[in-house]
Amino acid sequence: MSGQIIINLVYIVCAGLFIYGLKMLTSPATARKGNRLSATGMLIAVVVTLFDQGIVDYTWIIFGLVVGGAIGATAAQKVEMTGMPELVALFNGSGGLASVTVAWAALYGGSVTGGTAVTIILSILIGGITFTGSLVAYGKLSETIPSKAILFSGQRIVNGAILLGILGAAVVFSMNPDAESASMAFWAVISLSLILGVMVVIPIGGADMPVVISLLNSYSGLAACAAGFVLNNNILIVAGSLVGASGMILTNLMCKAMNRSLANVLFSGFGAVSQQAEAIEGEVKPVLAADAYLILEAASVVAIVPGYGMAVAQAQHAVQELAHLLEENGCEVRFAVHPVAGRMPGHMNVLLAEANVPYDQLVEMDDINPQMSGIDVAIVIGANDVVNPAALDQESSPIYGMPIIHVHEARTVIVLKRSMATGFAGLDNALFYGDNTRMLFGDAKESVMSMVAEFKA
Amino acid sequence: MDVIYLSFILVLAVFLGFEIIAKVPSTLHTPLMSGANAISGITVVGALVSAGANQASLATILGTAAVVLATINVVGGYMVTDRMLAMFKKKTPGVK
Repeated sequence: MSGQIIINLVYIVCAGLFIYGLKMLTSPATARKGNRLSATGMLIAVVVTLFDQGIVDYTWIIFGLVVGGAIGATAAQKVEMTGMPELVALFNGSGGLASVTVAWAALYGGSVTGGTAVTIILSILIGGITFTGSLVAYGKLSETIPSKAILFSGQRIVNGAILLGILGAAVVFSMNPDAESASMAFWAVISLSLILGVMVVIPIGGADMPVVISLLNSYSGLAACAAGFVLNNNILIVAGSLVGASGMILTNLMCKAMNRSLANVLFSGFGAVSQQAEAIEGEVKPVLAADAYLILEAASVVAIVPGYGMAVAQAQHAVQELAHLLEENGCEVRFAVHPVAGRMPGHMNVLLAEANVPYDQLVEMDDINPQMSGIDVAIVIGANDVVNPAALDQESSPIYGMPIIHVHEARTVIVLKRSMATGFAGLDNALFYGDNTRMLFGDAKESVMSMVAEFKA
Repeated sequence: MDVIYLSFILVLAVFLGFEIIAKVPSTLHTPLMSGANAISGITVVGALVSAGANQASLATILGTAAVVLATINVVGGYMVTDRMLAMFKKKTPGVK
């Protein structure tokens, strides 16, 4: 057994590397090193496992490592930064399916006791939901399937029935895993889990996807954890629970940033928008790029508030150029990023980093809001609901209570917008009618480029 | 006893995870997520044992599939996280 002891000792070292790697992720300056540290931990864990005496045939292992490695590496290199949420969704899915197959394979590893049977079922249930749920999330993000919430009457009853079915089958299986009836029950658990994964994600609308991705991320960790219980393997449990915790924290943050409970996101669909209770008074004041330039030229502190619209218009590089020119003009530029801007947590920061915006210029919502009154010009690019003051003062508004970036408190607001169309929540925005607001209509990228051109002229 | 011992590890790891990850700034949440994803590929360790144990052929097939899937997570996750983190730069004066 001394081999087992050595392996487990090495696993402790790996767990330490994972934890320390995550700790280094708390600052952008050390994050890259932390990620490599964590990767080193993984490499050690894999190598030491390969020396396990239980492994007698390496052919398929090498095949698997090569194929999986090639697919992963290609995906990691090819992906566009705007497509990160889709990639993460797919990775979540493959992690879930891996847990399913590991647990499934364990079924053939000798006689299964009742206790192990329970963990096998759990691993398959969580893994299965993660797998199909992630595929649906991927479909919605890439818009291969409609991204809006799909609701039908009796949805909860159907889901309840599926859950009961899984529970029943799980009991039958765990009571006597070797019996004839157990194999039927086992198949029932697998297929129902896969169906449940689809059912829980289809009622969630496109705007809520950041929450779903975080939640599925957490599930993929829990699935690894469950697989650890199946195999009696402590490194799986440690690593899985770290991931589970990380996903939970992100899920919670996203929900808070939308002022909605997790249950509300998961079950309500956010489809039905109540009518606007109070009419908005005031008029829209359009502005041309040339005039916007004059406003910006005189400004000494500018905050740029990007939303997903900026990513859609691929305007981030143009925005960075504008920010750079503003700085050369002696102006202080900050980027204010709302937590739910983009399609996954922190998405907007990655897009800006890709466009060479230094991370010390990125400011979080809670830090910029108290300084808003000191900001000369706030430029809103492709954001709408996250700057809608109705969230602060209109109790009848569906987004009431959601934390927003208080751009309306800045001396002047320039809103770049394609048209007067409403955002995800389908709400009109009083900001656009404010006395200090100027609307610059048109494609975000072109608008920014024409301001850049004015600066250069 | 095994289950109790493993649950003990689980509880401690969850608390530790919450403590550390709550301190990750929102700027780095996307890399955190893809990095965490790579870590969840730790299932590969379990998959290796299943694939190489020379059991019934179905178990080997399932194990191999698990190795492929988990390796996608590990390799893809770490590489894409590294790619992202390489883009986060501090302000360097004079560089456009």
